[in-house]
Amino acid sequence: MTAVEEVPTSAAGNPIGFGRMVRKEDVRFVRGEGNYVDDVNLPGMLHGAILRSPFAHAKINSIDTSAALELPGVVAVVTGKDLEGLGLAWMPTLSYDTQAVLATDKVRFQGQEVAFVIAESRYIARDALELIDVDYDPLPVVADAKKALDPGAPIIRDDKEGKTDNIVYEKWEAGDEAATDAAFAGADVVVTQEILYPRVHPSPMETCGSVAHMDPVTGKLILWTTTQAPHAHRTVYALVAGLPEHKIQVISPDVGGGFGNKVPIYPGYVLSIVGSIVAKRPVKWMEDRSENLMSTGFARDYHMTTSIASTKEGKIVGVKVDVLADHGAFNGVAQPTNYPAGFFSIFSGSYDYPAAYCKVKAVYTNKAPGGVAYACSFRITEAVYAIERIVDCLAAELKMDPAELRLKNLLRPEQFPYKSPTGWEYDSGEYEKTMKVAMDMVGYDELRKEQAEKRAKGEYMGIGISFFTEGVGAGPRKHMDILGLGMADGCDLRVHPTGKAQIRLSVQTQGQGHETTFAQIVSHELGIPPEDIEVIHGDTDNTPFGLGTYGSRSTPVSGAAAALVARKVRDRARIVAAAALECAPDDLEWELGRWFVKGDPERGKTIQEIAMAAHGSLELPEGVEGHLDAQVVYNPPDLTYPYGCYICVVDVDPGTGQVKVRRFVAVDDCGTRINPMIVEGQVHGGLADGVGMALMELIAFDEDGNNLGGSFMDYLLPTSMECPDWELGETVTPSPHHPIGAKGVGESATVGSPAAVVNAVIDAIAPFGVRHADMPLTPANVWRAIQGNPIRTDMAVE
Amino acid sequence: MQVSVSINGVEHSRDIEPRTLLVHFIRDDLQMRGTHWGCDTSNCGACTVWVDGAPVKSCTMLAVQAEGSEVTTVEGLAKDGGLDPIQEGFTECHGLQCGYCTPGMMMTGRWLVDQNPNITREEIREGISGNICRCTGYKNILDAIEYARDHANSEVSA
Repeated sequence: MTAVEEVPTSAAGNPIGFGRMVRKEDVRFVRGEGNYVDDVNLPGMLHGAILRSPFAHAKINSIDTSAALELPGVVAVVTGKDLEGLGLAWMPTLSYDTQAVLATDKVRFQGQEVAFVIAESRYIARDALELIDVDYDPLPVVADAKKALDPGAPIIRDDKEGKTDNIVYEKWEAGDEAATDAAFAGADVVVTQEILYPRVHPSPMETCGSVAHMDPVTGKLILWTTTQAPHAHRTVYALVAGLPEHKIQVISPDVGGGFGNKVPIYPGYVLSIVGSIVAKRPVKWMEDRSENLMSTGFARDYHMTTSIASTKEGKIVGVKVDVLADHGAFNGVAQPTNYPAGFFSIFSGSYDYPAAYCKVKAVYTNKAPGGVAYACSFRITEAVYAIERIVDCLAAELKMDPAELRLKNLLRPEQFPYKSPTGWEYDSGEYEKTMKVAMDMVGYDELRKEQAEKRAKGEYMGIGISFFTEGVGAGPRKHMDILGLGMADGCDLRVHPTGKAQIRLSVQTQGQGHETTFAQIVSHELGIPPEDIEVIHGDTDNTPFGLGTYGSRSTPVSGAAAALVARKVRDRARIVAAAALECAPDDLEWELGRWFVKGDPERGKTIQEIAMAAHGSLELPEGVEGHLDAQVVYNPPDLTYPYGCYICVVDVDPGTGQVKVRRFVAVDDCGTRINPMIVEGQVHGGLADGVGMALMELIAFDEDGNNLGGSFMDYLLPTSMECPDWELGETVTPSPHHPIGAKGVGESATVGSPAAVVNAVIDAIAPFGVRHADMPLTPANVWRAIQGNPIRTDMAVE
Repeated sequence: MQVSVSINGVEHSRDIEPRTLLVHFIRDDLQMRGTHWGCDTSNCGACTVWVDGAPVKSCTMLAVQAEGSEVTTVEGLAKDGGLDPIQEGFTECHGLQCGYCTPGMMMTGRWLVDQNPNITREEIREGISGNICRCTGYKNILDAIEYARDHANSEVSA
């Protein structure tokens, strides 16, 4: 089953190429020598703190900062009025909307930024927040997306001239509506379900923050910041603040988890820069956990009315989804421009049917901005949840086993490349094979027998399946960009005279292990041991331009760039070797780490020998430069399409509603695996996310717009107690258009697993007549569902 | 006020504000950055250190409460330049990704192994339930602590 070829081992015991190896970056982390933003301390550095709104919607009458300014140790207090003078009170979001850096006219969500204090210590800065007196007039609140379009609803974005409603966009659609309606009209069975994917939060263990140092003499800004996209951020700062881009250095040092939370630009980052300019000293801003949960990029908040149509034998003929999207107070979604609903339109999933249609309407509410985050692959998470939940609803309606229903409808290998009814072109897949591996691993038939026996005794276990397909690796420049920046990635490779190498990436790591896997990619192409290859990333002055790490794009895009730049070096090495061996380049043949003369394998040069020759006095053919360096920019021809089948087994106590995840089998096909250990780690983490979202995690609001998930006391993350020992399997179907056949895997498990958990819980309590209940399936919610009265989870209302 | 704390066997004395949290004393006053901060509410455990041999969440303890105590941080795990079995375990078993929860997780894990050299996987699972990791899904962390249990014990018996 494993596709990892046998590769030679380096002197340090590492694979020369692909295979398991411990991570190069770990040694600093286990010694406590990581370097995160809050670890950056500069001479004379000041500390910033943000005053935030207690109200979800309120007019600001006045802000009195005088008492705060009198506190010893306070250097400055910045308000929206001050920023207006600099033209910085508002900034663009990644979706061509605007967002207040500091509120001027009114606040639009609880936790919105109102003032910024700069002080000698973090404690003094926080003390000063208490001394700022803001006079608010509370306004009526829109916390419920379903009420945002009511006649008479308060207008949230009255800063936009002529805005008379709360619509972000009225209708974005994909697929063929008429064809889908026709398919539904001719179907034997139609099932419709209101499905909510409630608001959740990525909550990386490290919160967001920055250290800004504007050198008053050179005019150069150095910004250490928690960003997944340093180059994109640099350009946005240049555009927003009018700073010259060549005088901005964005450094993303070690980042303590991202999950999409660190893609947007937050007011705090901008304020640290403003603070450094005002105070002429470096300024550090680190948010606390409540600030992170209440103000930074949330995820989901999608109300999806989902319908499926089929024959009575269970052949799916069409699916449609009508979405109401809650974007909060500002449209801060990060998505490739042509896709305001991200990649949601991939909702037709892994099945073979001709007609699918979705339409999405998005509204403003008095809630924090965001929307695309939490390892969602640009909203494929919502899409997979909708299709995998509605397929189970159809199975219930047809009284058919959900595995059988899926197997009946899965795409077949000969259909690839497969053009989906909403226009995606899936690259490769052997879906049935993958599903059967998962069913065998979990012992599906035995579990169904056990379930029947248990039900007879009044015990409730459930088995839930999810089959997902993602499109990742955004993306082709011809139709994907963010704020006009194309989504190609640069990559530089330098092989030094002694044959050691440095590779410079435009992507950034937040724990994905790039320092190891990218060394392995170069190693695979050139035969240089991975321990001899240094990966340099996260610093705009020292890496080529590219859009960063999110949407599982590092391996599909930058991984391809790394392979291609190494091949470019290999081609150069061939010319150098030919000169050294006094033969024609065409006479040479490559084996791992060495060019040799065809038919005379003894005559050859290792890549290390070639590197020295390339830097030495060897005479090279005319037009061939010395050295052994190369650079590329990789513009992906299309997305890659990882997929997988997940099966979850739960036990539910109907008396308390408590869910115990007994087993979780995950079979992923992400194409070629560069380092299987790291792939498995990525999957493990995503599965925990799925259990968390399905059972625990929730940012709900009350009708006054109070955030009810504002600390880890209220926003429950999965611990070791909720997570079983994950059981992983794999199939390997390489991407035909990726240089090493890799498809990306960073978000697969987060995308695919919530539906498996929810399907398992609903399967367990189906004997009570339950067909659906919304996440999170807390004990109270499950108990209420069993009583026939499930909770509306997103609002604290009855 | 003056506070004196021994950290990893070295005495540190500083004049600090009485309200200074132990985590800030370690990170900001002493500039030892291996101990992390994650939540303010004692939920996440990123700030776990040992105070007089017992794991403590240093974001919810005042530095002055550690007056006269022996504190051990992640920087105190490695001995004589070599890695402690818990550090080896996390590396060998891929027990970390972003590395942010790792110091606290290792302090709890090493303490569990010290308390009970025969600790079971399920006891470890319960023992680390006060430390949150967002990256690993915990399986490899359990493996890493089992690795430490097995190797720390073999050291003792050797």
